[in-house]
Amino acid sequence: MTNLKPVDVAIVGGGWTGLAMAKELVTRTSVNVVALERGAPRTTADYAMDMDELDYNIRLRMMQNIAEETITHRHSLQDAAVPVRQYGSFHPGTGVGGAGEHWTGMCFRFLPEIFRLRTHLTEKHGAERLPADLAVQDWGVTYDQLEPHYWYAEQMMGVSGKAGNLRGKLIDGGNIFEAPRSHEYPTPPLKHSYASSLFEEAARKLGYHPYPTPAANLSESYTNPDGVSRPGCSYCGYCSRFGCMIGAKSQPSNTLLPVLRKHKSFELRTGSWVRRIVHENGRATGVQYTTANGEEFFQPAETVVLASFTLNNSRLLQLSKIGTPYDPATGKGTLGRNLTHQIEGGIKIYFDKPLNAFMGAGSLGRRISDHDGDNGLTASDGLLRYGMLSLNGNGDLPIGAFGAIPPGAAKANWGAEWKAASLQWRDRVSQLNMYGEHMSYRHNYIDLDPTYTDKFGDPLLRFTLDWTEHEHKQRDFAYNLASKIAPAMGAKLDTRRPSHGKYNVINYQSTHIQGGVIMGTSPDTSALNPFLQHWDVPNLFVIGASSFPQTGSGNPTLTVLALTYWSADALIDKYMKHPGRLA
Amino acid sequence: MRDNMKRREFLAIPASALGGTLLYTLAREPFRLEAQEAARESATTQEASGMVNVPLRFFTAAEARVIAAACDRIFPSDSSGPGAREAGVVIYIDRQLAGPYGADKYRYTKGPFADSVPEHGYQGKANPRETYREGVVALGANFDTLPVEEQIQKLASMEKTHFFQLLRSHTIEGMFSDPMHGGNVGMIGWQLVGYPGPRMNYKADIDQHFGAEWRPKPASLEQIMHRRPSPWEDEKS
Repeated sequence: MTNLKPVDVAIVGGGWTGLAMAKELVTRTSVNVVALERGAPRTTADYAMDMDELDYNIRLRMMQNIAEETITHRHSLQDAAVPVRQYGSFHPGTGVGGAGEHWTGMCFRFLPEIFRLRTHLTEKHGAERLPADLAVQDWGVTYDQLEPHYWYAEQMMGVSGKAGNLRGKLIDGGNIFEAPRSHEYPTPPLKHSYASSLFEEAARKLGYHPYPTPAANLSESYTNPDGVSRPGCSYCGYCSRFGCMIGAKSQPSNTLLPVLRKHKSFELRTGSWVRRIVHENGRATGVQYTTANGEEFFQPAETVVLASFTLNNSRLLQLSKIGTPYDPATGKGTLGRNLTHQIEGGIKIYFDKPLNAFMGAGSLGRRISDHDGDNGLTASDGLLRYGMLSLNGNGDLPIGAFGAIPPGAAKANWGAEWKAASLQWRDRVSQLNMYGEHMSYRHNYIDLDPTYTDKFGDPLLRFTLDWTEHEHKQRDFAYNLASKIAPAMGAKLDTRRPSHGKYNVINYQSTHIQGGVIMGTSPDTSALNPFLQHWDVPNLFVIGASSFPQTGSGNPTLTVLALTYWSADALIDKYMKHPGRLA
Repeated sequence: MRDNMKRREFLAIPASALGGTLLYTLAREPFRLEAQEAARESATTQEASGMVNVPLRFFTAAEARVIAAACDRIFPSDSSGPGAREAGVVIYIDRQLAGPYGADKYRYTKGPFADSVPEHGYQGKANPRETYREGVVALGANFDTLPVEEQIQKLASMEKTHFFQLLRSHTIEGMFSDPMHGGNVGMIGWQLVGYPGPRMNYKADIDQHFGAEWRPKPASLEQIMHRRPSPWEDEKS
């Protein structure tokens, strides 16, 4: 083990959160910052040759090598966990920019009550009417406190969209159910696809309030407040699981790195796999990492920011023995609790006209939030929370799109009859997608697996996670909503109702795994205080969706960034002036 | 493991199925490759005229003929258009198996191996290479010479196996992946479904052509970028 020269701040992870935090630190203070990224360097120029569905969309070439590290999963405490051997219900990224390079680009703000959901539900229903195993909590931060940070993140990326609530004034064509925003979106909405135009007309006709999905895919060329210029989207359809070859999709490599590269006080060390946060007497002293050729280093640091993906944030704290592991039997302990996986699911709809759906952009589409949160829900729905329904035009690719046929169109899923049906329905199939809040429960949590290990021999994370009746009802609600919208679009709804099956680790759902290192108002029920500072180790900040006590209905990235900027303000303006506990 | 560099196995493929003479079709337009039947008749005889020897990286020639016949049944060449044979799907599968994917370089393969519920997916130890070797044995060395109806029955009896599920997925991949991977020869799969390839810019077209079929002529990544791509299967291990 080689001891390196101490730095002021060591950041674990070179993705959205790590680089956003680094940029605030080096542009606003004189501290020196090292970011340690286990993967390889990346630039926009790398991506032009990557427009290949097989290697990137099917074989998942941008993801972490699952042979080196994975998780194990079991449905309940009584089951034996087995490894997730191939991806997967989610796709952890690696390399500079992390999953922020291959994301889709959907940019939602959460509803205000998400940040105080325990209080909200108790006020609305009474504590005694909430399920006993419900683990939702208040975050210790409010929407109003985060609003300027949401806006800061939206400007950094140049998010495209249309405001529906501008400082309390409701605006037709935007999302009128959103919380008040201080500014209109930095860039106008993306264009329509044929299918999204049909969705908008149909939803409007039915009395809903369709609006453009807020997108980090730029609708036009844009220069952000840091002076970084990027072009508008060309609708090539290669967003999710690809890096953007022209830089129109906001990624850490095309928004934050151009700024960071100008600062000598910042160093990005790739190929550096952090394996422990070293600590003594309640203080982090630095991080220990291993390079690709097996060399081991200790990087001493005054402050450590743990800013990797949800999984690794949890795992590094478990391996480093920081915090008290959660015990689902007693409900005590904070590390590993409140594991959630934002619910996404598609309901197929069939058209008698071609859609030319090979064109698209990751976040192109329209959606309705008429039933977001608990808006418009009635007692007969049996739901505490629901979410959104959308039509996405992210670009059909030919392998993935082939073989989508209505039930009964062919007896087998191979052979002449299936082939003819698949050709008949080719480019006539779209989806209505649900985005649901996944509430946290006492029995869904993360700990270390007793059996399986990574390439170094360290224990893997173990997920104990399954769906409850509430999630099945959310999916049924989405299906019933879709059954109204599809005919109004001139489409036929797939007759197969959503599965009420167990959690499936193979079928992709979303990469929005959350919780495990949650923030909150008390060290008894959260690992982090409201500033994302560790309760037990004040010079350790842990940022990312690992801090969410439960999910919103929308994708988490924008909230992750808003929390990063919120935490950066606390770190820079408060902690660095008076080091110590901020709460 | 076999040493790929020393292998001298080839698969004979009709030259007509290797591009150049392929017809350009629009999606769903009935399509029939001329001389297709003749090509099938002669596919097992390497000496037949008009044949090209494609070097194999993983399969033996006999194995390749069995897999090619199975792919034909999954995605047949018929009155609805060309299929796995014209697209060179078996060449695609051969290259995938020879590469890191075939050796499970990107799958978690540490033990212990335990059976589990279907929601946990394939938990077996065998990598795709081993699964295919076993699959060829299960199909039978003479599978490619069986009557079509018998081939269909045999495959139907294997539908639930991991091998069949891989074979089905790989057949679709070989039909519609970029030609750099060895299948989709002459972009025949993309022509079949009207996919234009990884074109960079639809800004002027995304909100046009509503309700009407619009099918730009396909182009491969190499044609678009004017550079040779590096498919993952060519990665040095």
